[in-house]
Amino acid sequence: MGATFDYWKLTKTVLFYALVLVIVVVSVFPFYYAILTSLKSGTDLFRVTYWPTSISFENFRQVFSQGAFPRNLLNSVFVASVTVILALFLAVTASFALSRVRFRGRSLLLMTILAVSMFPQIAVLAGLFEVIRFLGIYNTPWALIFAYTIFTLPFTVWVLTTFMRDLPVEIEEAAIVDGATPWVIITQVFMPLMWPALVTTGLLAFIAAWNEFLFALTFTVSNDTRTVPVAIALLSGGSQYEIPWGIIMAASVVVTVPLVALVLVFQRKIVSGLTAGGVKG
Amino acid sequence: MATDAMAPVGTAATPKIRSELLQQRARAARWFLVPMLIALAIVAGWPLMRSIWFSFTDATLNDLYGAEWIGIGNYLRWQVLESGTVRYRGVLADPDWWNAVWNTVRFAFWSVLWETVLGMIVALVLNAEFRGRGIVRAAILIPWAIPTIVSARMWGWMLNDQFGIINDLGMKLGLLSAPVAWTASADTAMTAVLIVDIWKTTPFMALLILAGLQMIPKDIYEAAEIDGVHPVKQFFRITLPLVRPALMVAIIFRVLDALRIFDLIYVLTPNSRSTKTMSVLAQENLFQFNNFAEGSTQSTLLFLLIAIFTILYIWIGKVNFEGGDR
Amino acid sequence: MKMNLMLAGLLTSVTLVGGAAQAAELSIVSGDTGNGLAFLRSQLDRFEAETGHTVTVVPMPSSTTDQFGQYRLWLAAGNTDIDVYQTDVIWAPQLADQFLDLTEAAADIVDDHFPSIIESQTADGKLVALPAFTDAPALYYRTDLLEKHGKSVPATWTELEATAKEIMDAERAEGNSEIWGFVFQGNAYEGLTCDALEWVMSNGGGQIVEADGTISINNEQAAAAIDRAAGWVGTIAPEGVLAYMEEESRGVWQLGNAVFMRNWPYAYALSNGDDSAVKGKFDVAPLPAGDGEGARSAATLGGWNVAVSKYSPDPEAAIELAKFLASEEVQKERAIQQSNLPTIPSLYEDADVLAASPFMANWKAIFEQAVPRPSAPTKTNYNEVSSLFWSAVHDTLSGNGSAAENLEILEADLQDLKGDAW
Repeated sequence: MGATFDYWKLTKTVLFYALVLVIVVVSVFPFYYAILTSLKSGTDLFRVTYWPTSISFENFRQVFSQGAFPRNLLNSVFVASVTVILALFLAVTASFALSRVRFRGRSLLLMTILAVSMFPQIAVLAGLFEVIRFLGIYNTPWALIFAYTIFTLPFTVWVLTTFMRDLPVEIEEAAIVDGATPWVIITQVFMPLMWPALVTTGLLAFIAAWNEFLFALTFTVSNDTRTVPVAIALLSGGSQYEIPWGIIMAASVVVTVPLVALVLVFQRKIVSGLTAGGVKG
Repeated sequence: MATDAMAPVGTAATPKIRSELLQQRARAARWFLVPMLIALAIVAGWPLMRSIWFSFTDATLNDLYGAEWIGIGNYLRWQVLESGTVRYRGVLADPDWWNAVWNTVRFAFWSVLWETVLGMIVALVLNAEFRGRGIVRAAILIPWAIPTIVSARMWGWMLNDQFGIINDLGMKLGLLSAPVAWTASADTAMTAVLIVDIWKTTPFMALLILAGLQMIPKDIYEAAEIDGVHPVKQFFRITLPLVRPALMVAIIFRVLDALRIFDLIYVLTPNSRSTKTMSVLAQENLFQFNNFAEGSTQSTLLFLLIAIFTILYIWIGKVNFEGGDR
Repeated sequence: MKMNLMLAGLLTSVTLVGGAAQAAELSIVSGDTGNGLAFLRSQLDRFEAETGHTVTVVPMPSSTTDQFGQYRLWLAAGNTDIDVYQTDVIWAPQLADQFLDLTEAAADIVDDHFPSIIESQTADGKLVALPAFTDAPALYYRTDLLEKHGKSVPATWTELEATAKEIMDAERAEGNSEIWGFVFQGNAYEGLTCDALEWVMSNGGGQIVEADGTISINNEQAAAAIDRAAGWVGTIAPEGVLAYMEEESRGVWQLGNAVFMRNWPYAYALSNGDDSAVKGKFDVAPLPAGDGEGARSAATLGGWNVAVSKYSPDPEAAIELAKFLASEEVQKERAIQQSNLPTIPSLYEDADVLAASPFMANWKAIFEQAVPRPSAPTKTNYNEVSSLFWSAVHDTLSGNGSAAENLEILEADLQDLKGDAW
């Protein structure tokens, strides 16, 4: 009896790790292939290989010598960070109101916010361009931060509202009894409990802003204000039709690494939540 | 407020103070909502109105400000020929538009279905305790982290018939008998787009579901464990209902994104009829062709379609707007 | 005397101030490549030194679709930040309303350029852009394989088909399983319009829409040309050619896996690179001719031009810049340093140019056969016309209907688009 049980447990463990392996391989393989490609050059690019045959960092050197790539990286970090901070700030307060306070027209308001995400990005391009020029922020990072609110804000508001709504009423009541203001309730009581949701939405919004291409191309016109996706599209080969695969892949590797690092830093927060928070304690 | 704080514990429940508190909360709520609403009104309100307005005009990009109101002609107009036959024109009578609608719906359905199922599996795996979990978590986010314009090109390269690694791998493993021109042939183009989108967006789903899973108190499972509830039953009885709100929101946003899909297809198979979606068609009319008004019409219709879908989804899925004060 | 000196001094300073006030700050937007931008910068430095103006370059992604969409939006919104635009040969007539008429300003230099190019940049009698360089494709062929199998360079498509098939079969029999006969650009995009226009034109089937605006595409010779191309897919060309753009064809070719390739001059230097499998084993020739009435070799005209935005705050300086970039001097430098084909015939005989880029001698013959795409007669509708055309061709190549059927529908669609006049 005990032996069969162990056997079953072992199978389960093996199957579980096999599943983990499959997930990792499928996720990482194209990225691995990108790294492989970034180390190749010339005609080698057109040959299929599974292992690095020769290693050359020429492509990486090219990435940093063409245009203003380091500057673009900084721009991206700035734009994406400010966008996320702004979106989270606006969304946390708004979702408190939307989830914990009863008032008329709440559902309608939530729907309206969602409706903003229903409009195709390309369709708002012309109108947004007018607004940005009107505000005088054209060709500055603020134009992008402003424009990205259109997709980060509805998303963060909705997700945070959902999570905040499910927090037990008791903890809030306890705080109210202690005389806490709504602001204190949000920052001292809810935020610590919401870390998984906050970090997750923040991370997803950060990546969305980091990767955005169309707005970034339209609203910035100089190398000093452009962000990374545009910079990658600007990388070019020796002539009009030539696509510099090696360099593009090198650039992609360069821009993906900070995001992976970001995830590694924040991953403890993604998985913490109520057990670490104060519900039970 | 200071008096509130000094008020003895327990009196907060008296009706007078309670209603005062509620009022204070309502006021605070209003102030909390105002900045967000202002931000959205500027960033989205004006551009939306502009696009909708353009859809009722004869605007072209060469003459945006001289656009004149023409009514619903861009949506549907008709002409009675001498023989008495009625000839319909406009976006609603355009077979290309309906082809794009069909492509979009098909794409959205399959991509979101697969992303939900796979995302759930990945989230459950990541929610389990095992060694190296942090690394795996970072690894699965890589597809989402690579800019779409790059991953679309990267996959285009990998799916190439002559020097693509997918064909090479398929042939070596005996899955394919001859190289497939994935993005070229009408039969496989949609599959190729779906593969790339599912690969790219499953992490988004997985992460949101994982956040939902993490918010479920562990003691519920401990109790179920003690009662000897089978894990599969645990999943359907405990996990799924509790993670549902998060899942519903994740699905809404994925569907909205999928219905608007643009950049992936624009890079991977820009002109293939079998993958041309509503956004791609609208972009073409707005900026590539001289049909700005028609493109605006298509955008507006896309907006309406998404709105109808969302309302249905929320109604049928009974997404909970109320709560927090159950 | 003293007074006079003082006056003179005053006058000089006035002139100096006047001169400084005229110096303009310009910006030019360009989707050129890395090397191209470096070259542009070096020329602009010269321009700045000569005129006192300052010029900023705004680089754009090299995807022409991205560029076109952007430029349209900027121009529609009356963007004053960009003075000079670098434009593709097919854009000028579509953006004509937003660019300044350069007819007068360029009256002294137009005659130096190939008349066909000047014509392609003229819309409604308005010269909207000045040519900076041109481009025309050629037939790349493997000298070693032709020699090995005792074949000559094909002059007609029928010959190309037969030669490609024979060499491909023979090579495959020898175990070279990856070899193909012919690669071209078969993806549904602007490149297919270029390729198919060559097939049709070389077969005496007209240029889709003629210079006077007549829709001519629905004819037997055009249909025969496209049907013939459809026969190549899966036989002498891989199925995947239906998704190929320039780079994919070059990839197959440069690995030594194709006997023939249709491509632009850029592939010449790359194919001769040290790591290329075809280095020193290939040459170029004009594209083959068809066999109908009026058949001749045809090469689609490419190339880039410079146009001046009508929203430029300083149009005079901007026109000066455009003229500078189209000048013989700059074009010569461009031909030497960038291997771009000049638009000025005399430069093809220039010793310095030929010394730096000997292959240009080959291109003169090709260039004489160049055909413009119908962007001038179809005006603002060109992109849509081209899209309808390449879709019809792509359908035929993929086996969705015969060329005759698809061209008939195409004609009706074009007629709808045209209405009373383009």
